[in-house]
Amino acid sequence: MIEKADQIFVLLGHWLVSFLPVWLQQPVLVLLGVVCIIVTFPALFAITVLLERKGLGRMQNRYGPNRVGPYGIFQPVADGIKSLTKEDIVPLNADAVVHFLAPVFLVVVVFMGYAILPIGRNMTLVNLDAGILFFFAIGASTELSVFMAGWSSRNKYSLLGAMRAVAQMISYEVPLLMSSLAVIMMTGSLSPNRIVDAQNQYTFGLPHWYVFTPWGLAGFILFAVAGTAETNRSPFDLPEGESELVAGYFTEYSGFKFALFFLGEYVGMMGIAGLGATLFLGGYSAPLEVLGFVPSWFWFIAKVMVAMCFFIWVRGTLPRLRQDQLMNFAWKFVLPLTLLNLFDAALWRFMGPGLLRWFVCSAILLVAYVALARIGMTREKFGPRSYRYAE
Amino acid sequence: MLGEGILKGLGETARNFAGSFVSADRLTTVQYPEERIAPIEATRDFPFLVYDGADWEAGLRCVACQICEKECPPKCIYIVKSTDKKPDALGKPQIYPARFDIDISVCMSCQICVEVCPFEAIKMDTEFELSTTDRFGGLLYDKKELAKSNEHFHKVHPTEAAEVDARLAEEKSKAEAKAKAAAAAAAAKAAVPATPPKPAAPTPAATPIAPAPAEEKKP
Repeated sequence: MIEKADQIFVLLGHWLVSFLPVWLQQPVLVLLGVVCIIVTFPALFAITVLLERKGLGRMQNRYGPNRVGPYGIFQPVADGIKSLTKEDIVPLNADAVVHFLAPVFLVVVVFMGYAILPIGRNMTLVNLDAGILFFFAIGASTELSVFMAGWSSRNKYSLLGAMRAVAQMISYEVPLLMSSLAVIMMTGSLSPNRIVDAQNQYTFGLPHWYVFTPWGLAGFILFAVAGTAETNRSPFDLPEGESELVAGYFTEYSGFKFALFFLGEYVGMMGIAGLGATLFLGGYSAPLEVLGFVPSWFWFIAKVMVAMCFFIWVRGTLPRLRQDQLMNFAWKFVLPLTLLNLFDAALWRFMGPGLLRWFVCSAILLVAYVALARIGMTREKFGPRSYRYAE
Repeated sequence: MLGEGILKGLGETARNFAGSFVSADRLTTVQYPEERIAPIEATRDFPFLVYDGADWEAGLRCVACQICEKECPPKCIYIVKSTDKKPDALGKPQIYPARFDIDISVCMSCQICVEVCPFEAIKMDTEFELSTTDRFGGLLYDKKELAKSNEHFHKVHPTEAAEVDARLAEEKSKAEAKAKAAAAAAAAKAAVPATPPKPAAPTPAATPIAPAPAEEKKP
């Protein structure tokens, strides 16, 4: 029974395709998986948007939307109808084809990342051996779509936003990769399924998630920071800084194209959160052995949603960074720490089991954290601002 | 230490988030159509015409002197003087406004009409839910829509209305005293000479509160 609940979607898919001729079964099964992903994650996106609007409201001591339906739960529906019925404006001088392709490309690319995420036991759409590599390769091409949008709009704000976005995404792609490299080193595999399997073990009912090791915790935090920046999420949302760039690279987008950008951004965030959960939080494995009876796909989605809530919390708390702070933080703080974290993971691996490796590995990371914060992130360098006025 | 402020900030927002569910006084939002707060007394938006007594048409204090029409900066008041005279609230025959229109869409709520009115006939209202589906006719208020009772004035601006009432009563009593004195003087005069100048006696009574009509000639 528990097994059935866990595998319900797999069994359902196999049952559905069993009516088809054999040569058609495999392609249709994959197609069904694609449809499931394309339906599930936008639905989660709608829930996230609602949670975000209500949650941010509460953090600012407001009610948030509460008019559409009971407690405003149909707000995403109203938002969707609004963006669908709005006029789709393309600037006269814009490159219409590229302008149209940019949001479509973003959404396609973002959904492609889900192909390798193990959403549940036996629920990976494409079981690639180099799945993590595929995810990063696909994730990097969101930059292209952002730049397509910025360039084709023929708007100074769009272009500035796109240039910021590309600079930021390239800077943070390095720590993102480096921090997940520790996990890959530890597992010895680029396959997400193998990584989840390695964490899906329990001692005394507690899971072997990588986040519960010193290098894993550091890696997870660095991954979260880099992932936030990679998805242009607050406090790293400089590319769309309203105060200086109107809306950044999607200034010239309206109607459904804007909605696609919005969707792409959130689905991308969920993708990064899913990858983070796969790498550090044990993917679809239950947080306690006694909770193993709950279906595995539930745990994956729950972890993604918790990560989204954390993103919302951070957005409600932190103000936007300045461009120089952003770059400083990436190159002087996050990158050295991720490099050190690689070394730390290796040390952890070769010191063998025991309490000693806990102390040594934690101490190295803590000392590095404090030292880097002192050296790289001190505020004296910025100093008080001086203004020069035209004579 | 790096990150300390971030943790503090996260704690603060978490406290706000949880607190907004627990204590209602954190949420300062007034959810307008269902909840409302009473307007403060100094609130004013658009002018209305005050009338005394029960009948709005007979009780209008306005005597169509057109000062407000001339003073109105955006020229949103339109007045047509009557050709005949009707007794006002005090029973004295006065010219009255045959038409008195205010275009609410033009009015800028400056209150100058209120300040220049020598008859305390036009005052500011607090009614703000004035939306209408007809943006021309619906926002052009005629005499009937503008007329509101003195009781309404007392309700929306109690302090100002009390002052106005006191002033009007004082003026009235002064006028009465003056009329009485004039009558007494006339009677005394009548008692002494054989032929007194009769018609002059009662007229000065009304003059202190009716200075305006001199301006009515248009250039």
